[in-house]
Amino acid sequence: MIRFRITIALAIIWFATWTAMPLLAAASDENAEAEESFFSKLPIETHGFYEVRGGYRLQDDKYEKDMSIMEGRFQFDLFSYFDWGDVKVKGDVLGDLVTEEGDFDLREANVFTRPTDFMDVKVGRQILTWGTGDLIFINDLFPKDWQSFFIGRDTEYLKAPSDAAKVSLFGDQANLDIAYTPRFDPDRYISGERISYWNSNLGMTARQDAIVHTDEPDDWFSDSEIAARLYKNIDNYELAFYGYSGYWKSPGGQNAAMKAIFPDLNVYGASLRGSVGKGIGNAEIGYYESTEDQSGRNPMINNSEMRYLIGYTCEIAKDFTMGLQYYIEQMLDYDQYKRNLPSRPARDRYRQLTTLRLTKLLMNQNLRCSLFTYYSPTDSDVYMRPNVNYKVSDNMAVEVGSNIFFGNKPNTFFGQFQDNTNIYAGLRYSF
Amino acid sequence: MKARCEMKSVWKIAFVLGFSLLLFVVDKAVSSEQTPDVQTIVNKANIVAYYQGEDGKAKVKMTITSKQGQKRVREFNILRKDVTDGGDQNYFVYFQKPPDVRKMAYMVHKHADPAKDDDRWLYLPALSLVKRIAAGDKRTSFVGSDFLYEDVSGRSLQEDTHELIETTDQLFIVKNVPKQPDTVEFNYYTVSIDRKTYVPMKMEFYDKGDKLYRIIESKKVEKIQDFYTVAQSVVSNLKSGSKTEMEFNDVKYNLGLKDSIFTERYLQRPPREAMR
Repeated sequence: MIRFRITIALAIIWFATWTAMPLLAAASDENAEAEESFFSKLPIETHGFYEVRGGYRLQDDKYEKDMSIMEGRFQFDLFSYFDWGDVKVKGDVLGDLVTEEGDFDLREANVFTRPTDFMDVKVGRQILTWGTGDLIFINDLFPKDWQSFFIGRDTEYLKAPSDAAKVSLFGDQANLDIAYTPRFDPDRYISGERISYWNSNLGMTARQDAIVHTDEPDDWFSDSEIAARLYKNIDNYELAFYGYSGYWKSPGGQNAAMKAIFPDLNVYGASLRGSVGKGIGNAEIGYYESTEDQSGRNPMINNSEMRYLIGYTCEIAKDFTMGLQYYIEQMLDYDQYKRNLPSRPARDRYRQLTTLRLTKLLMNQNLRCSLFTYYSPTDSDVYMRPNVNYKVSDNMAVEVGSNIFFGNKPNTFFGQFQDNTNIYAGLRYSF
Repeated sequence: MKARCEMKSVWKIAFVLGFSLLLFVVDKAVSSEQTPDVQTIVNKANIVAYYQGEDGKAKVKMTITSKQGQKRVREFNILRKDVTDGGDQNYFVYFQKPPDVRKMAYMVHKHADPAKDDDRWLYLPALSLVKRIAAGDKRTSFVGSDFLYEDVSGRSLQEDTHELIETTDQLFIVKNVPKQPDTVEFNYYTVSIDRKTYVPMKMEFYDKGDKLYRIIESKKVEKIQDFYTVAQSVVSNLKSGSKTEMEFNDVKYNLGLKDSIFTERYLQRPPREAMR
């Protein structure tokens, strides 16, 4: 992400322009048609959207702004295809009133080609996803943007881009994907910049007064990541094996200088997905090998873990679907962890998490009401994501939603974000 | 130049005349035949409506008009390949409009056996996510239109009992009664099938109170590569007052689509046949 400091005034101007844009565009259909005919002459498909989105915290957080999100965004999406392959460039320009900065976030810039019958190659900035979880990731170790997720941006922003080369091989027996990232792409993790979090060093909730400082592996080629997936469809049951070699994607330890670090990590896993009864069942497992702390003795480095997930989705009524998941994170060297832990609240050996997704479509599927809830019985915390989205027309959509956190303890995964409970609304004009 | 044009026209007229004559002969032959039994009629109509050729492609424009006159447009390309004629099929749908669903791809492995649910996948490009969708109620709206999933990929013949209730000069009219009435919102429906082409020209659905509430009509039929093809159809929902028109353009059959198109590989990056 390229960030540039701008004056508040400029941000406001941007904000105002983008607010007006959709209305102007909607008002003058003739102009829209003229624009279309101009672009249609180019060999490039030009699309994108304008969006304004604003939201507030529902409670005071002394060190964070009341505004949880306030931004104008313009996304352009350029696509062109040739005999030899496709070229895609997608980027967001945004004026952010919370950080008082302008941003350019290049989401995708890649070349895709199908050099042979059995091979696909995609090189450049791209969004990568695999695995079977719904907003729970075990073997998907591609970067996530938790900050965007928690402040109420569109779900697409949960996936942060990777600068990678992905090679896919297709065979009669199985298919293989290999994604090579020459320089580590960490998550866009919670740093305190706009979301307060539990800082275990301070033993308290930290905010802008204690922004996470990190020592990030960032050398080209020596700090690389590699992820692979071997998969096969057996009678429409999708079986996959995964491997990853890289780093914990969000800070997973500390160095002597008290900086957050991303320790080495290898992950080995498998998943299965297919129809079960009237719905879709999925199961996934992953072994997280925290190689810098094999014994689990080092309290400054994440323990190795086993992660397990089981899920089921089905339609419970017309245009009404329900998804359930049960997830466990098991610390593998828990006794060592406990023994070496300085006096601070300890994690559970087994962190359990359940999720429930309810989605109902109404008004000819133009109105979507959804609620996604994470509930951890071991952490006693909850994160709820209600959202209502209405497509006013083929181009215009409005939505309101909320991110609700609560918990009994200030240090649990979701409980730490209690002061960040927010409500937001957005308007998007797509073209 | 002019002479050549005239020559061409003459040939055209001759061709049309000859062709009409041929049709007339065929027509006579058909009408002199005995009325086939109802199972033969519905089987033939099913093949004509959903199984023409080994595979097929169409560019579809769907216009949904609400009772208040508000219009929404969906444009997508659809690829189909039959696994067995009259049986299992694979579908690939690649969306182009509206912009918020552009590049979304939807894939179905349809199973003719009513006991086996279809397998369905959805690809969401912004998240680069291949999602498996639970086989839901097939009588749910397809992309918010008045067409239902079952209208698009076909209702299994084994789900209903069929009865030929009327034969006119042009049409066979078949009444279809569901074997499991609890699973559908209609009491029965009639299909008017063209006697010559076996194209279903009109379907009329009656609700539990035997009141007509839904009509699907084939407004335009064309012959493409020897296959009679519905080029335009309209469904009217008499209860909600809304209607949806579906136009099929660039229809092609027997393209030689590969089986591999209907896999996750192509869901993530559609084949050129689907993009153009």
